[in-house]
Amino acid sequence: MAARGCGRVWCWARQLCAGRPGPGSRSRPFPRRQRTVACNARGGAVSAGKSGLAPWIPVVGLEIHAQISSNSKLFSGSQVQFAAPPNSLVSFFDASLPGTLPVLNRRCVEAAVMTGLALNCHINKKSLFDRKHYFYADLPAGYQITQQRVPIAVNGSLSYSLCIDNKMSQMVTKTVRIKQIQLEQDSGKSLHDDTRSQTLVDLNRAGVGLMELVMEPDMCCGEEAAAAVRELQLILQTLGSSQAVMAEGQLRVDANVSVHRPGEPYGVRTEVKNINSIRFLAKAVDYEIQRQIEELGNGGTILNETRAFDSKLGCTVPMRDKEGKQDYRFMPEPNLPPLILYDAKSLPANMNHQQVINIDWIHERLPDLPSVKREKLVEQYGILPEHSFTLLNEDGLAEFFESVVKQTQMKPKKVIGWILNDLLSYLKQHSLTVKESPVSSFLLADLLNLLEKKEISSTAAKQVFAELWKGEGKTPLETVKEQKLELLQDQKELEQICQAVIDGQENE
Amino acid sequence: QKVSVEVLDHLEHLALVDFRDSEGVERLQKAIQFADQLHEVNTDGVEPMDSVLEDRCLYLREDDVTEGNCTKELLENARGTVEEYFVAPPGNIPLEKLQGRNTYLQGS
Repeated sequence: MAARGCGRVWCWARQLCAGRPGPGSRSRPFPRRQRTVACNARGGAVSAGKSGLAPWIPVVGLEIHAQISSNSKLFSGSQVQFAAPPNSLVSFFDASLPGTLPVLNRRCVEAAVMTGLALNCHINKKSLFDRKHYFYADLPAGYQITQQRVPIAVNGSLSYSLCIDNKMSQMVTKTVRIKQIQLEQDSGKSLHDDTRSQTLVDLNRAGVGLMELVMEPDMCCGEEAAAAVRELQLILQTLGSSQAVMAEGQLRVDANVSVHRPGEPYGVRTEVKNINSIRFLAKAVDYEIQRQIEELGNGGTILNETRAFDSKLGCTVPMRDKEGKQDYRFMPEPNLPPLILYDAKSLPANMNHQQVINIDWIHERLPDLPSVKREKLVEQYGILPEHSFTLLNEDGLAEFFESVVKQTQMKPKKVIGWILNDLLSYLKQHSLTVKESPVSSFLLADLLNLLEKKEISSTAAKQVFAELWKGEGKTPLETVKEQKLELLQDQKELEQICQAVIDGQENE
Repeated sequence: QKVSVEVLDHLEHLALVDFRDSEGVERLQKAIQFADQLHEVNTDGVEPMDSVLEDRCLYLREDDVTEGNCTKELLENARGTVEEYFVAPPGNIPLEKLQGRNTYLQGS
């Protein structure tokens, strides 16, 4: 069963890539086969060993970079915007011209605090900035300002849900620990021009605020990683701290993968980069797990290397720039004093309001997180948890559902069927978002009212729905009349029709 | 205690400095010796200071767009540009290994 958009995590094909591994790899190609790794209830994945040997336990940890949703950059006043003319959103500081200094953006700090609170982190009232040094054309200063020693938030957790066994009926909740959240600068963008042997550099993105979220290696397979990232995405979007659109590079995920035998220490891990969607994340992680198991099973070893995910081939390949282990020579950022945050108790009396960030004030104003919204939907409308999960997973679907419920007498428990089975499947078939739906909530409610009042049968209702989908502007009632789908209520008329049918049969 | 050739080579790779001659290495040696004097102070239980700004207030800027839109000025300094992009070599060109380099360090 193929994937249908990045939201339907549990429907992914559990198959590995068919093709050859990338160039330069010496391992033999994989045959296409079912994933032999299944996550058991505790979360430790177990491989169906062919020779009866002890199973392998995969370990997956994620490093996620989320671009902060703000007007201006982390340390400068240039604009944050996707797809602008090259080098038009760059200040002198972003270009690392001498004599410029970083000035911290208040909004970025608030975004990081909100995110830390939503993920149950401890917010460090004092955090520090550091320099991480490395050379690359898109990093004009030769270092990135980050928070390596004391980040802004630590020790949190992210809870997410998974469907067991591809069925929608059983959902299990898992948790992954968040090691830390830190503020850091984004780098510029490099466009590689291999024909002319040069790199073109656009610094529009250089200096944009990022939140780096480091997760502990609590996951065991691609499905878990994907579900966790999906939930994180929804949380960030609900908070507004990041728009978290992976396709626009606002959410970047690197996966650290290793395998080991039970009871033994963790194996050598590889880092997998270049993962551009949630669907590819699951594929990349699962491929890498299998690759490592195969390699070790054949008596090989795993190198502590960085690999790139090739989405076309569905495999991971070693990355070109093999510079060995990087030494970043971390040092404190001398131009920035410690970042001090306050709460209700420690609030200073005489400070300028604009210069103070109050953690408690932010906490009080956090919006309802997805998990809370789901519970409220279940409570309020009597729908199943799986239903509310899907409602929140599709952008705008929950609002659509609630809108229909308001406008119809049909019970929410029945409406949900129409939303999830009919509307959603039509949307998926035509690759449309809820916002692009040719059937508005008003029209659907209208149709459901006809059904509820028993003016049409449910079969007829489906027919009308198909007609409404064409988006020709007809109301349900007009379609019903046109196609003569009204349920006959007249006893005499019904008798006449039945009699005619019987007579017809007798004549054969 | 002399700084080993391996460490000097490592530093040259990391920081792209060139110790150039015995005087350069000697200067580094002396700088380390000078800094080592810090070890004579007992710092048990003392939080290290990494900036004289540590008691200052970190200024928070409002999230307004106040800079940018100076593409022309920025590109003026670049050696080469292509359609408003900076031009750089195709990738990092790492320093060759010590054996391959014709430098002072190799001879020492």
